[in-house]
Amino acid sequence: MITEKIFEKLKILADSAKYDVSCASSGTERPNKPGMVGNASAWGICHSFSEDGRCISLMKVMQSNNCIYDCAYCVNRRSNDHPRATFTPQEVSDLTIGFYRRNYIEGLFLSSGVLRNPDYTMEQMISTVKDLRMRHSYNGYIHMKVIPGCSRELIFEAGSWADRLSVNMEIASEENLKFLAPEKNYEGILKPIRMITDRISENREDRRKYRKVNKFTPAGQSTQLIIGATPENDRTILSLAGKLYSHRKLKRVYYSGYIPVNDYDRRLPVLSSPPLQREHRLYQADWLLRFYGFSVDEIVNEQHPDLDLVFDPKMNYALRNPELFPVDVNRADYQMLLKVPGIGVHSANLIVTSRRYSRLNSDHLKKIGVVMKRAQYFITCNELGPLRKVTGLDPELVRHLMLSGQKPSGAIQLPLYQPAELYDKYLK
Amino acid sequence: MTLLCFDDTFDGFLTLIFESYRLKIIPDKIIGKSEEQLFLFSRPVFIPAEAEKSDRVWNKIIERTSKDNADRIYRVFMSEVPGSRMLIYEFIRLMTERNYNIEADFTLRPVLEINKLHRKVAREADRIRMFTRFQKTAEKSYFAAFSPQYNVLPLVINHFTDRFSDQEWIIYDLKRNFGFYSDKKETSRISFTDLPVNPVNGQLYESFHDPEERSFQELWRKYYNSIKIEERSNYKLHRQMLPRRFWRYLTEKG
Repeated sequence: MITEKIFEKLKILADSAKYDVSCASSGTERPNKPGMVGNASAWGICHSFSEDGRCISLMKVMQSNNCIYDCAYCVNRRSNDHPRATFTPQEVSDLTIGFYRRNYIEGLFLSSGVLRNPDYTMEQMISTVKDLRMRHSYNGYIHMKVIPGCSRELIFEAGSWADRLSVNMEIASEENLKFLAPEKNYEGILKPIRMITDRISENREDRRKYRKVNKFTPAGQSTQLIIGATPENDRTILSLAGKLYSHRKLKRVYYSGYIPVNDYDRRLPVLSSPPLQREHRLYQADWLLRFYGFSVDEIVNEQHPDLDLVFDPKMNYALRNPELFPVDVNRADYQMLLKVPGIGVHSANLIVTSRRYSRLNSDHLKKIGVVMKRAQYFITCNELGPLRKVTGLDPELVRHLMLSGQKPSGAIQLPLYQPAELYDKYLK
Repeated sequence: MTLLCFDDTFDGFLTLIFESYRLKIIPDKIIGKSEEQLFLFSRPVFIPAEAEKSDRVWNKIIERTSKDNADRIYRVFMSEVPGSRMLIYEFIRLMTERNYNIEADFTLRPVLEINKLHRKVAREADRIRMFTRFQKTAEKSYFAAFSPQYNVLPLVINHFTDRFSDQEWIIYDLKRNFGFYSDKKETSRISFTDLPVNPVNGQLYESFHDPEERSFQELWRKYYNSIKIEERSNYKLHRQMLPRRFWRYLTEKG
């Protein structure tokens, strides 16, 4: 039965859960089983988009927004005077199945404030997903938060029901975490992350030996870092993310621009708006790490510890390393093509396949989807037109040309003049 | 002007291509049976579908290119965009003329165009997977209706058959007036003359709804409105991801 109370609880507990940015439903391919409802598709499906432009794929709710902790950055901290509610396991599973059968959602994202103690909270969450899987024969996607400090057995049980587990790191350095959340420490957060990583690889081994072994978190684990609440630079953040990807085999690290939810707390910075541009650049850098074969040091280094807000990280890499360019699109290998600003994974693939048949010129590249506005300075292609190149130009000038948003006009003779003259000529 | 006409099905279209080669007629335009009356002065030649002939063309496409490419051709056909049929015709002509697999040679215009159009159709199909909204009926089955831009319902029906295998459902294309019905065992094509549906928003009339349906729609709207973060509002991105033309069928936008 749907009562007025359910409406109220859903409003409170969805509102409390919204600051968790993860919403991916990808990573598991699981066909439907007879007599059950649901499947999981490897690429994930969004079902709606909220007015902040974010994808709504999973029903994101908290079991409860009561919490025994008092973390400065969290909207649900103990000392906040804020409407509180707790769902029973049945209420969450009934709602999830009602939404799922109407194709509103791709699955459930279940999180919770810490009630009484971590073990008790985890038990509540597990009974929710268990009820969903058993009573409702639900075969769709489930993402579960792990409460740091809960027992090993509970993590293992959670992972046997859920597709993905996540433990949020929140703050990218231990010192600042302790400053904002004195009740937490890094060891407490890293321990469950390690346990999940180890269990996943153990499970993979077991499945190789015995086919009947059930999968453990088939979609892997993820985490979230809050950006801008503490003074860490992007290098610290990306190094941590890089390590989580390589050592702990995380599937995703999410970056969440800090939204001043507790502006009365003096330990937090005063921001006029959330650092959305910085967050965007971090995601771009994250993509470079995961799909473009970049290393953290290529993106940020000692001289440039922060990402540039004006240009994307790949553009900056290219401008810092002009000696690597221009790249000949008809010869360069795939890895090198990926390093060119304006060429993405999709267009690099198309370049590699179509250049087998004929030499590519800039017209082909445009049709393939290369962003010539950026790429023109870094490539050579079939024609020998006097296109501007970063090697002939000062990288600083390329910067200015990019900013002025000019279209290339092939007829202009370039480049070996004094930069000052060039400015006069092009930057009117 | 040489007009060739087929029976509006993909099989019919492939048969037409087969016959055009056999009879050595190069069409200026390929039209479906439903468009025949649009031509006043030309007399279209009608070519009936024959499974054997269409299979031969289909298998030839797979043989000379790949299964993936054949699927792309099918998607382009389902776009129903003016000119898409001649585009496929052009592609097949190039495919038979050249002595290599042309599917990835994007320097050829039809190859590139086919790739662009197929992606648009695939995108629309994705959106149907995302934005289909079922209403629970008084008979405990589920109903959804909308009007996709391209004829993509047949492309996504396997997804729904697999996912909702333990519930009875109907998904209906209001624009093309046909849909699919699944009774848990089989999914079949259906067509209604008078659906008890409000064509503006695809909602069944109130009396056909399950007693709890209204509450669930209200809950979903409530959830949708509480999940957005005010400080991050981005309406441009919102409209880009969730195009206006879907809004009227979406519960949360109702």
